[in-house]
Amino acid sequence: MSALATLIPETTTAGGFLLVLALVLPLAGVFAALILGGCNARRVAMLTIPLGLALAVAIGVELVQTGQTVIYLLGGWAPPLGIALRADGLSAAMLLTTTVVLLGVALFARDDFETPENLREARAPFMFWTLLMAVWGALNAVFLAGDLFTLYVALELLTFAGVPLVSLEGHSETLRAALRYLLFALLGSVLYMLGAVLLYGAYGTLDIAILAERVRPGMLCFAAGALMTVGLLAKTALFPLHLWLPPAHAGAPAAASAVLSALVVKGSWFLVVRLWFDVMPGVVTFSAAQLLGGLGSAAIVVGSVVALRQERLKLLVAYSTMAQIGYLFLMFPLAFDVSGNGPVHGFALAGGLLQVISHATAKAGMFMAAGLIYAALGHDRIADLAGVARAMPITVLAFALAGLALMGVVPSGAYLAKKLLLDAADGSGQWWWTIVLQGGAVFTAGYVVLVLASVLRRRSDPLLLVSRVSRLSELVALALSAGSLLLALAALGPVPGEFVSSPFAPKEMGVLLVVFLGGSLLASGLSRRSLLGAAGANAGVMRRIAAGVGESFELADGVIRRWQFASISLLMLAILFGGALVWGAPPS
Amino acid sequence: MNMAPLVDGSLVVLILAVAIWTIAVRDSFAAVVGYAIYGLMLALAWVRLAAIDAALTEAAIGGGLTGVLLIRAAVRLRPTESVVAGDSPAWFVKALAAVLAGAVSLALAVVVLTLPEPAPTLAPQVAEHIASTGLGNAVTAVLLAFRATDTLLEAVVLVFALIAVWSLAPDRFWGGRPGQHYHLEANGMLAYLARLLPPLGIVVAIYVFWVGADLPGGKFQAGTLLAAMWLLAIMAGLTDVPEVRLVWVRIALVTGSAVFLVIGFAGVPFAGAFLAYPEGYAKPLILIIEAASMLSIAVTLALLVLGPPERRGQS
Amino acid sequence: MSATTLFGLCGALLVGVGIYGLVVNPQPLRKILSFNLIGSGVFLLFGVVARRGAALGMGGDPVPQALVITGIVVAFSATALAVALLLRLHDVSGTASLTTKESPEPSDT
Repeated sequence: MSALATLIPETTTAGGFLLVLALVLPLAGVFAALILGGCNARRVAMLTIPLGLALAVAIGVELVQTGQTVIYLLGGWAPPLGIALRADGLSAAMLLTTTVVLLGVALFARDDFETPENLREARAPFMFWTLLMAVWGALNAVFLAGDLFTLYVALELLTFAGVPLVSLEGHSETLRAALRYLLFALLGSVLYMLGAVLLYGAYGTLDIAILAERVRPGMLCFAAGALMTVGLLAKTALFPLHLWLPPAHAGAPAAASAVLSALVVKGSWFLVVRLWFDVMPGVVTFSAAQLLGGLGSAAIVVGSVVALRQERLKLLVAYSTMAQIGYLFLMFPLAFDVSGNGPVHGFALAGGLLQVISHATAKAGMFMAAGLIYAALGHDRIADLAGVARAMPITVLAFALAGLALMGVVPSGAYLAKKLLLDAADGSGQWWWTIVLQGGAVFTAGYVVLVLASVLRRRSDPLLLVSRVSRLSELVALALSAGSLLLALAALGPVPGEFVSSPFAPKEMGVLLVVFLGGSLLASGLSRRSLLGAAGANAGVMRRIAAGVGESFELADGVIRRWQFASISLLMLAILFGGALVWGAPPS
Repeated sequence: MNMAPLVDGSLVVLILAVAIWTIAVRDSFAAVVGYAIYGLMLALAWVRLAAIDAALTEAAIGGGLTGVLLIRAAVRLRPTESVVAGDSPAWFVKALAAVLAGAVSLALAVVVLTLPEPAPTLAPQVAEHIASTGLGNAVTAVLLAFRATDTLLEAVVLVFALIAVWSLAPDRFWGGRPGQHYHLEANGMLAYLARLLPPLGIVVAIYVFWVGADLPGGKFQAGTLLAAMWLLAIMAGLTDVPEVRLVWVRIALVTGSAVFLVIGFAGVPFAGAFLAYPEGYAKPLILIIEAASMLSIAVTLALLVLGPPERRGQS
Repeated sequence: MSATTLFGLCGALLVGVGIYGLVVNPQPLRKILSFNLIGSGVFLLFGVVARRGAALGMGGDPVPQALVITGIVVAFSATALAVALLLRLHDVSGTASLTTKESPEPSDT
């Protein structure tokens, strides 16, 4: 999806009022929930989210019909004095994805967060539904606001809505995870604001479109760019700044984890894209983009290996999120062309966007499935999941499809995204990213195979289910996972059809086989105990070496996730990015 | 005779000294008191920078309310002080952190010294359009007319923060009263102050709000003052904080933003855009928004300081 | 060196001091304090930018001044939330430390 033309000078476009409605609707929902009280919070959410979906579709339709960015000048004041709301293809796609996933989460959690009969209001149910709408409102503000300071306020809204979702259960460990999340996120946002003040000092505006015209490479822009990028990376939990993510996403209730992994972390990612592609395209350099991509690759490798080492399913899925976030940053170096110019709105951006949408839907489905397994069994120890496939076929199918979708099996969105990114890599001659893109699937397959092998094992005695899970919840999880797996078919409109080959073509089957084999090898070698039995034929020395490798990854992750290490890494990254910006432009 | 550089220089040195002391001192309670002092000195710096509205806000919220919040926390966390202090990092970690933080400061200092001349500014544009808002205070015009959405979202931030704070209540106290119960010492100093100051404070707050249209002031400062008066009355035991499940509390929280939204949407048919003001009606509408917001801000700020519900009903 | 530049350097140094405190101090309450220091340093930089934009009888560019006011309120809300979270952690677990000894229990549902 290429950038759509903006009208200059700017005026409010025809469908612009839709943007105002999209911004205000969730906020009105939160207020209504506050006033109407407890048991009505769920009703308000169930009412407003489908309305929001309709709004998002309407905005998309408006965008496609007019072929231009939808703009609304708030208060009638044009930037730089006033603030504008802008929706381009990127915003519209994110708005739509957000409402779809939220709808799924709302249906999934409908029975889990029901206010008890005898109470007018209970804490957890009231909080869940209100926070759901709060996250939604914050995200809409992030996707639509066209001013860097308004985006700062929106980021804070997002943090304030996401943190209590982590500590919803109230146990000490979730409270601790929430506090770490909050403090690190606050550090990120204050660095972002620091960059914004520098930009205002130099250019007298914080409006994205106007800054895009005025920004020039220079010490100030390099400092601002480095600080804002690193601040946003801290909020997105990109390696090595992921200290808060695994305990936070694993400790939250399943529906909350789905929202946190699928949506909340995407807000700050979105701002990195806006910053690099729209505000500072002439300032960000090839080297800086390589650094981003490098961090992303490290995230994929470390996250996947540590995921393999987990004993609990929810922690495995949380580390999987950390790994998948790495994928989201591979698009940055690939948006540069052969001569080092960029970033351009081309296939790489489209690939990155598809990556985000497929990850959001698949990860939501995966967390939902994991949550259902936990609810049914009363635990989520991976080693003791034998027989689950027989007892909960729909849930396991949802998990499997989500895993396949994340691995990039045809015709998932991740597959198409990978194809687009590979095309960009070929076009710009950056062959090393081809290796990462192709190899990453093997790492993802590792932990998917691990879980599937565990649940597919037979059990001698019948499995004891602690409670029955709602059929609706299972179907929602399945729908989201299947949706991610079939996403490439839906995206075929704007993208050339030759990118998607048939799933049964020999080449695709061959790749799939290799990926599965590689994944199984990884899983059998690196996981805590050899759950694959005879399949892991490398016993003895090899097994011990592999186990040692796995252990050292886990230890390293433990060190990286200490507060001092992570915050010092953050500062070093800021300096590294600064340096990459100052010296990074290739001679051309 | 130019005393100004001397005053500014001394102020900067003091500010930095207190800031460093706040970081370095062992006892957390002392650090927090230092922060409150720091906030007040920072307000002086704002006055020197000719930003009186910001100075008022910093003194009230940054120094005052934040100070109260942190001091109450420091007192409650006193027992854990020594335990956690043992986790202090090794000397080379501290050295590395100092070097890196210094590098960031250095980069910022260089940027500050090389800011472009002439400085880009939006003052001319504000001056051009301020007449249509009917206001005399440029900052209020920016907050409530030109960048009204920021102010709207910021009111929402306050509500979201309060909701997040409430989520931390134990299940059994959900919807109850925040904070502890303060016993009234009828002849004590605190009770005396709590009877004397609030009426004065309310009058001053209304004045600050009213005059904020044309002179420094406005709803944030006024709202903070009201919140402080209410907190004083609560902490002296003259009144008790209400249960947060009560509808009027909820309505009080939401009113400011709700009025903002209603007037904003009314701008669509009458003035052509969301959050636009019809010709000639701008100032009264802005004052209505400010009045409603002032009350909401007061309630929200006070409840944020008091924390999540900790008791029920009568206790 | 003008007063404005002086305050700008003060802001830059405050950011550094706050960052150091945030990294090094183990107590979460001190980290919250450090975050406030960084924030106030950034606001001071906004003030400097505003003062440099003085024109047409106004003492400073009103837009950054307005942003500072918004920022101070947002920072206060963040502090209030962080303090509430810290106090609740203290109530539930008896400690006030960010470090965990083991990985957290995934929750029900």
